Amino acid sequence: MALRADNISKQYFRKTGEANFFSAVSHVSLTLDPGTLTVLTGRSGSGKTTLLHMLSGLLPPSEGKVLLDGADLYAMSDADLSRLRNTGLSVIPQARSALETLTVLENVLLPGALYRRKDQRAEALHWLEKLGIGHLQDARPAALSGGELRRMAIARALTQDGEILLADEPTGDLDDENTALVLSTLRAAADAGKAVLLVTHEQDAKDYADCVYRMNEGEMQACI
Amino acid sequence: MKRRSLPVKNLIRRPGRTFALILLTVFLSLSVLGGTVIVSSLRQGLNSLEARLGADIIVLPSSAQSKVSFEKLFLQGTAGAFYMDASVLDEVLQTPGVEAAAPQTFLASLKADCCSVKIQVIGIDPDKDFTVRPWIAESYAREIGPMEVVVGCKVEAEVGEIIRIYDERCKAVARLAPTGTGLDTAVYCSMETMGVLLQAAEAKGISHKITSDDDSRISAVYVKVREGADIDQVSSRLNSHIRKVTAVRTRSMITQVSDSLAGITRTIGVLIAAVWALTVIILLIVFAMMTAERRREFAVLRLIGMSRRALSGLLLTESTLCSAAGALIGAAFAFTLVLPFTALIEQSLGLPYLTPDWKTVLGYAAATVLITVLIGSISSAYAAWKLSRTDPGTALREGT
Repeated sequence: MALRADNISKQYFRKTGEANFFSAVSHVSLTLDPGTLTVLTGRSGSGKTTLLHMLSGLLPPSEGKVLLDGADLYAMSDADLSRLRNTGLSVIPQARSALETLTVLENVLLPGALYRRKDQRAEALHWLEKLGIGHLQDARPAALSGGELRRMAIARALTQDGEILLADEPTGDLDDENTALVLSTLRAAADAGKAVLLVTHEQDAKDYADCVYRMNEGEMQACI
Repeated sequence: MKRRSLPVKNLIRRPGRTFALILLTVFLSLSVLGGTVIVSSLRQGLNSLEARLGADIIVLPSSAQSKVSFEKLFLQGTAGAFYMDASVLDEVLQTPGVEAAAPQTFLASLKADCCSVKIQVIGIDPDKDFTVRPWIAESYAREIGPMEVVVGCKVEAEVGEIIRIYDERCKAVARLAPTGTGLDTAVYCSMETMGVLLQAAEAKGISHKITSDDDSRISAVYVKVREGADIDQVSSRLNSHIRKVTAVRTRSMITQVSDSLAGITRTIGVLIAAVWALTVIILLIVFAMMTAERRREFAVLRLIGMSRRALSGLLLTESTLCSAAGALIGAAFAFTLVLPFTALIEQSLGLPYLTPDWKTVLGYAAATVLITVLIGSISSAYAAWKLSRTDPGTALREGT
């Protein structure tokens, strides 16, 4: 399963000077192939997260198309796109993304529960253990640190097991040891056949990547 | 982890928010059901009063302070005793337009064995009566014999029990169905028994402005007007032709009660409407605020694959569960607060008050619960619709 951005742009309404619109992403084309880990870097506000949201079917582009094996994501019905986000695309968001009313384990199991998938408890516990937070499975998110919450979101995306994995600064709150653990885990996911996009400021990420893009003021520079 | 357990977990694990939502709907359900039962009881009481009076005109001695005492007797069960000569009955019968007339004699008991308060004893003439007998016949098919009484539903005496009135032993032979009026605390007997009780009262030194050998006194004459005759004209004739009596149209008495009832019903109706409006507005605001507060949570659910429809369903399920819980608790409170205090409400309103039967009350409760749940769900529907239009990508970015 390959995900392709075809000349996509995103503009937001923002009154600045004489312009009414602010261009967050400008004419970006990108392909995420199975078995590859693509790293996307760039300064804050350069449009990385906006691009990732457009790729994950959460934010419709102002121009261009996002194609999954040739099918336009934004031409799908909400039900189909939602199902795709549950089964084909796994997203690790940049921000805090735990549901406060559920335990850590319940948060990780929730995507599978939404579509009554087979019991994923074993997989969930595997990823929680691997990411070093297995002992927190029954804790509520309010009791977790930022780094632990980040790893919970990663465990959720890995348990979800989509063929496309989109990670938005997954190492943001992590120490060096856990950063290395997460990066190697994402690399292993790519090696297992997933198409992985990693948005990061982390310099070490380049060592794990097949391809590194850099974004600057909404435009993307060629793969390094 | 099951999808359908998500709304329940959200509610249980946010107890403060859930409690506030439930409290609002408790308030709504309580006021609606409580108000409905009170209004319905008042209406039923009026209907019962109308049915039990059964006469077009009532003739009373002028000394009875006219209908004031009589209304007290009917509405509040205040025991009273006022008398006029029995010859009034013949004069009434001779008045043009009168079809039938039935005498009644009242005697206020002292504290009887059966009762903690004074009760009203009412003597009827079985041959002439057309007002009370049909009602008594519902509970007791035979004639009321000597020293037998038929007791109102609020008189604390069992059928077959002997009650003592002025030390005279009277047997309770039947209990009447509730009327919601003062008649529920009355005791009915024949004129023959009443004569015995009047003499016993006299022997006790209780003056009822009668002499011991005077059994020709009556308290009221119930008049049925001939078909086609003008009731007002007949009433005027009675007032002008018979001395020292006052003829009162029963309709005027009921109209006054009906007017009071309309006033109370209107007040309760306005209060219920105000509570409804206020609750709906508060619920709309609460759901809007709650949805705004939970934007990120909903965006995460969209992120992991929940569809717009499922998300709206989640919010509606939560609000429906809260509304249903609140509606049931409110209905239970209404039963606890309104039904056990029927006597107190009746006393404080001073109007005929007859609680509907349990099937009707349960029907009201079911309708209240349904309406409350609908209001709760509809109030959250706008928030759910607005939420379904929210772009999850934008919502996720807002919190970064």
